[in-house]
Amino acid sequence: MSARKSIRQQLRLLPVVPSVLLLLLFLAAPVLWSFHASFTNAALTGRNARNPAWTGVDNYARLLTDSAFPASAVLTIVFVVASAIVGQNLLGLLIAGLMTRARKPVSAVVGTAVVAAWVLPEIVAAFAAYAYFSKDGTLNQLLAGAGWAGADWLYAFPMVAVVLANIWRGTAFSMLVYRAALADVPQDISEAALMDGASNRQRLVFITLPLIRSSIATNLMLVTLQTLAVFTLIWVMTAGGPSNASTTLPVLAYQEAFKFGDIGYGTAIASVLIVLGLVFGIAYVRLLKGANR
Amino acid sequence: MHRPARLLVALLSAAVLLASSACSPEQPAAENRTLKIVYQKTDSFTALDTLFKDAKKDFEAVNQGTTVELQPIEANDDDYGTKLALALRSPETAPDVFYEDTFKVRSDVDAGYLLKLDSYLEKWDDWEAYSEAVKAAGTGDDGGIYAVPLGTDTRGIWYNKKVLQKAGIAVPWQPRTWGEILDAARKMKAADPSVVPFNMYAGKASGEGSVMQSFYELLYGTDSELYDRQEKKWVVGSQGFTDSLAFLKTLYDEKLAVTPAEALDANVWKKVFGEWLPQGKMGAVVEGSYSPSFWQKGGSYEWAGYAEDMGVAKFPTQRGQEPGGVSMSGGWTLAVGADSKNPDQAFQFLATALSKKNSLAFTIASSQIAVRSDVAAEPDYLAANPFVKDVSELVSVTHYRPATADYPRISAAVQVATEAVITGTLSPREAAEQYDKTVRDLVGDAKVLQK
Repeated sequence: MSARKSIRQQLRLLPVVPSVLLLLLFLAAPVLWSFHASFTNAALTGRNARNPAWTGVDNYARLLTDSAFPASAVLTIVFVVASAIVGQNLLGLLIAGLMTRARKPVSAVVGTAVVAAWVLPEIVAAFAAYAYFSKDGTLNQLLAGAGWAGADWLYAFPMVAVVLANIWRGTAFSMLVYRAALADVPQDISEAALMDGASNRQRLVFITLPLIRSSIATNLMLVTLQTLAVFTLIWVMTAGGPSNASTTLPVLAYQEAFKFGDIGYGTAIASVLIVLGLVFGIAYVRLLKGANR
Repeated sequence: MHRPARLLVALLSAAVLLASSACSPEQPAAENRTLKIVYQKTDSFTALDTLFKDAKKDFEAVNQGTTVELQPIEANDDDYGTKLALALRSPETAPDVFYEDTFKVRSDVDAGYLLKLDSYLEKWDDWEAYSEAVKAAGTGDDGGIYAVPLGTDTRGIWYNKKVLQKAGIAVPWQPRTWGEILDAARKMKAADPSVVPFNMYAGKASGEGSVMQSFYELLYGTDSELYDRQEKKWVVGSQGFTDSLAFLKTLYDEKLAVTPAEALDANVWKKVFGEWLPQGKMGAVVEGSYSPSFWQKGGSYEWAGYAEDMGVAKFPTQRGQEPGGVSMSGGWTLAVGADSKNPDQAFQFLATALSKKNSLAFTIASSQIAVRSDVAAEPDYLAANPFVKDVSELVSVTHYRPATADYPRISAAVQVATEAVITGTLSPREAAEQYDKTVRDLVGDAKVLQK
């Protein structure tokens, strides 16, 4: 009996085998290769191109002395905190909250507008953001129409521009997650609190937020990991410039690996990025566990 | 779709994937060979595409059974280099014949990507038409020839006569020193504040353009240089480096060049060729001998009046010291992949593409400076545009980049220094010191020469 049961249990795993195989092939293998390459002097050209040698932790030691690296790591964290954790997450929650109260047509229009940015392919969204912020772009034309002189946003405030662009592009995801979460909050608890004389703010802090805590943790994890990996948006808008002022780690890794042909060093930066993602991931998983307790 | 069906499809696709990655590529049959040709093509650079299409026709006519597969890569110079290098890394994707920048030849020879052509060239009669100086462009560190030049270029000052005349400057114009450039530029600015008097590229966005068409004209006109060829060491701490940065700073600070924001846009050169010079909004720019290719009939920015309106001048040395002018030369070559399965045919294709007829057509279409003496003597070449003679004379004062494997990073460090100066982040002296430190970190103290 029990043997049959365990076979049946194992058979249940069968449907996930293909996806596990595909994940191993296309996700784990490149990550492992990249990790391995970061300990070599692999290059696109030059003596080490075809026969890279093992150089141990040389690439990581170089990271510590490279002045571009800490600046880039800080920019990455600023980008993630400002555009994902604060921007997308809070704005998504706010819009979702307002939509539950708004009239149907209003919420439909708002929802469509927000989701539109998310539906665009990343490269299209990036060009749209470039066209909006560039010197002769939409924003400056609107400002000129109102009588204000604009600025060259991509040059003078590159980080602000890419952060705003990423908020615009990614808020829809948080909004959808929170709409679903808020819809699941039982009305009766909230009404009971209302009867007890709780204010709007109190109901939000003591009733709603604790109830959707696990959604918050999941959403934070997903938007953080998505934002950590943002490359196209920044590359199209500023290409990391001016003077590295918007060079986040993915951009730096690309430059080192493909512009300067130093694959070993580029993959070392990529590995740091993976570790950074893991740190955020672990923090959120712990938050999630706390939420489920 | 029902669930079992979905599972089946997923399993099948996984199986197909695994099977396809396990298969080895098929060997080409002896009688049905394919030659893979990789080269660059952009909206504004189609001359090479035409060259290879013609060569494909010529080649397939005499080589029945061999198919020439043209694989143009649509990208700018930087991205083309990256994509080519990625393709060269693996023997399965490596092309048989490809378009290779002269400054990458040495490091790609080091990498083992290029086939040594000496034994083929011995038997190729046309090789005699190439001068020794030109042959050097395709020479590896071991003295063997690995690539055959397609054409070369020089760089000088391209100026709009109308803008200069409006400011009371006599044409033809030939500044003797850096000071005379600034004087003329200030006059133009005073005559019409809306024009950009004298542009020199700077910053990382323009890539090699920021050094080849700007900083090196300055640096090689001082008493110092980038690299000491005798000692095989990189020069740091030179006064010339700081002076060159200071000159750029003056241009940008006094608004004699484009704004820093415009300079840091990778597409700035398109505006120079397409808008500012033709519309008389720019006085002069340091650019390459290929400039007329954009303006002539069929070019990306056709401009009927360029022959009358534009003039070329030599870029002067700092204080007018000998030899009285500076130019930089680069150029591209054709090379055969080291892993080519049909190296004989690959070389034959290369020779077809570089035949006198094809070379002449390409040289004229892309406004190159001819590398074959028989092409250089052709009346059609000399009459291709009114500037052929002027830019060819610049060969006497030209310099080549030190194309070692370290060069791309050194070049990037120079670009960073120019960007820091024009944006005002660092003073010329600070930027030069930062450059020195970067160079030391990159190549080590043993390969550095303190001036």
